[in-house]
Amino acid sequence: MRGEPMPLLSRVADSVYWMARYIERAENVARFIGVNLNLQIDLPLAPAQQWQPLVDTSGDAALFKERFGDATQARVIEYLAYDPENPNSIASCLRTARENARSVRETISSEMWAQVNAMYLQIQSQRSLPEPERMLDAFREIRMGCHHFAGVTDATMTHNEAWHFMRLGLMLERADKTSRILDVKYFMLLPSTKDIGTPYDDIHWSAVLKSVSGFEMYRKQFGRIKPADVVDFLVMDNEFPRAVRFCIKSASESLQAITGTPGGAFRCRSEQLMGQLRAELDFTSVDTVIRGGLHEYLDSLQLKMNGIDTGLREDFAVRVPVSTPGSFDAHRNA
Amino acid sequence: MRLDSYDTGGFYDEMFEAPGRPRPEAHFLLETIGGLGEGQLQRCQQAAERILVQLGITFNVYGDSAGTERPFPFDLVPRIVNAHEWDWIERGLKQRIRVLNQFINDIYHDQRIIKDGVIPEEVVRSATFYRPQCVGLNPPKGVWCHITGTDLVRHSDGQIYVLEDNLRVPSGVSYMLENRDLMKRTFPQVFEGLRVRPVNEYPSLLLETLQDIAPADTPGKPVVVLLTPGMYNSAYFEHSYLAQMMGIPLVEGRDLVVEDDTVLMRTTKGLRRVHVIYRRIDDDFLDPAAFRPDSLLGVPHLVSAYRAGRVALANAPGNGVADDKVMYAYVPDMIRYYEGGDAIIPNVPTFLCWRDTDRQHVLQNLDTLVVKAANEAGGYGMLVGPQSTAAERTAFAEKITANPRNYIAQPTLGLSRVPTLVGESLEGRHVDLRPYILYGDDIRVVPGGLTRVALRKGSLVVNSSQGGGSKDTWVLSPGAGGDQQ
Repeated sequence: MRGEPMPLLSRVADSVYWMARYIERAENVARFIGVNLNLQIDLPLAPAQQWQPLVDTSGDAALFKERFGDATQARVIEYLAYDPENPNSIASCLRTARENARSVRETISSEMWAQVNAMYLQIQSQRSLPEPERMLDAFREIRMGCHHFAGVTDATMTHNEAWHFMRLGLMLERADKTSRILDVKYFMLLPSTKDIGTPYDDIHWSAVLKSVSGFEMYRKQFGRIKPADVVDFLVMDNEFPRAVRFCIKSASESLQAITGTPGGAFRCRSEQLMGQLRAELDFTSVDTVIRGGLHEYLDSLQLKMNGIDTGLREDFAVRVPVSTPGSFDAHRNA
Repeated sequence: MRLDSYDTGGFYDEMFEAPGRPRPEAHFLLETIGGLGEGQLQRCQQAAERILVQLGITFNVYGDSAGTERPFPFDLVPRIVNAHEWDWIERGLKQRIRVLNQFINDIYHDQRIIKDGVIPEEVVRSATFYRPQCVGLNPPKGVWCHITGTDLVRHSDGQIYVLEDNLRVPSGVSYMLENRDLMKRTFPQVFEGLRVRPVNEYPSLLLETLQDIAPADTPGKPVVVLLTPGMYNSAYFEHSYLAQMMGIPLVEGRDLVVEDDTVLMRTTKGLRRVHVIYRRIDDDFLDPAAFRPDSLLGVPHLVSAYRAGRVALANAPGNGVADDKVMYAYVPDMIRYYEGGDAIIPNVPTFLCWRDTDRQHVLQNLDTLVVKAANEAGGYGMLVGPQSTAAERTAFAEKITANPRNYIAQPTLGLSRVPTLVGESLEGRHVDLRPYILYGDDIRVVPGGLTRVALRKGSLVVNSSQGGGSKDTWVLSPGAGGDQQ
């Protein structure tokens, strides 16, 4: 007999959400590093100019400065990929993802657990920076490991409430990171606005597209590389899976699947914020974005996504009145 | 691989009647192993170890700061139990669990067994795990010990004895299941020609057992959960594994709340009622309102909900009274008292230090006996006489004299051995056997168990915390290869 499915434990919802977010984060840090390694070959800049923006956008610049000094390739890669003290290094992301996965092994499939565990063991066994000739491959392998996880997740786990919480986490994280990759480009352009419209600019934008595996898909749709088109593609595209709008659309669908609220309505704070952001992306043109300043727009996007994240935590953790014994301490993983 | 130099070392060997003479049930397996090429067994063994790490099948080591997770060492050579012997073990275990269940129920109700002078009241009242909070409790269907993992050992005389009953929260069953999977993956050829009885029905039987005991007012299908102390508990792998295999939520204390004697769990859609809890938390930590007030792991007022019959707990709180090693010594008397007749599987002869004559004997023979604290588990609080130093014996003599109630002693058993891969050859290592018994509407024993093996040469301590590993346990079907009894 098929009954009403038991809703997910709030703690489990939180853990699967963060597990997915951290794996996606690990993948994106690998992408950040990959794009910069490529850029360095095509377009050598002074190390600080080349690598500092990565620390600025995906890490804690003050902490980095204090511990490592000036940005060089080796130091930034060490910090972003392997540093156990940087909570957002690839190694830390995979450790946190695994800890979360370990706490919900009964919810996810064995194959998913095995893959998270394998990625964790792999990066733990990496004792020093990869040799230069292995460098690009090393980060490609991390990306492929994350793809493997995504594939196993879709193919071995029921697309139930837990799966939707994972997709929510993944899509919000991805949207945030695509917007940050665009921001890295913005930061790198700052000192060299004179390059706009030159072949160097073309290399820059191509690198950004490649870093989100978007180069080929962009070509099919737009042909020549033009900054406005790249922004249009990465922010406003409705079909490219790493575009911000696509991600928010998917996240919003998962949220609806979780709450059962019909489209175009909301019953809780996170749904309201998600709906507003989705509508904004649906009805904003790229010209407006560029006229108002890309960096400012991306900043506001990130703030809105943080608001959704906070809303999710409040909407799905059951709070028990203080008078009841054992009142609930919100469990935070991040 | 050559087996003709294998030395049984004067112990009872589970595979060999005598050096060079395999037991009938081990014949096929030994032939297969004998036919393996150079190094093949080691390669299978290494493959198995890699799989354990990849799958994260580990236990957490308490008090070990470097790397908290470790795989539980696994040895590829299985332990075999023939059909005839298993049949006897199964009957013995069922008898024992039936009687122990009656005993626990009696202790928390009329205490007839005390009134009739079979067991001194003093012994019951002083048992560390006796819980006055449980007096008068009526667990669903009168079952207290739903899941038991009885430890059996075979002595040099060839006799199998019950060593411990483990009626509280026995662990290890996940390794029984994983060991079989691991064997099939890494060493499939050895199953040929033998009819090894499957163990993989265990999670289904466990789920049925848990559903059987749901409170009477459960509407439709009961909501069953597994309560774990959390990720840092040594048996966490097992908790998540069993929850996964049964398809039930794995909950922590903080996921549950009790309102009006109803246990509820915090879900994304609000609070939902829970009917049955397979708890893997000791009594002491289960409910700070009933037991230890400083427990952060448990659920306040859980025992009150249980007492009101609104939730079922497996195992029932209070079972520990029968886990006391002094009470263990009385199990044959309990069997005679409640059911008549003798224990099918005998006890190890046990000296109770609170009896003056027993204590004198123990103190004079510390170098040949094994002394155990009445309420410790995991191989802790134990003196193995023949392997002890004079200083250790003096220290134990003082402890015994100071608190005789807390100590028992038994002859040092020459635990039977099973060939075990050591480097490139097979050597005998001592084993015990922990079958798992489920008690819901019926009592059921899964044909198999966890064979723990003391991997250190000469060691008799099989606990995972003290250098123990495990082996797959093969119970053969009647009439299967080599079963001629």
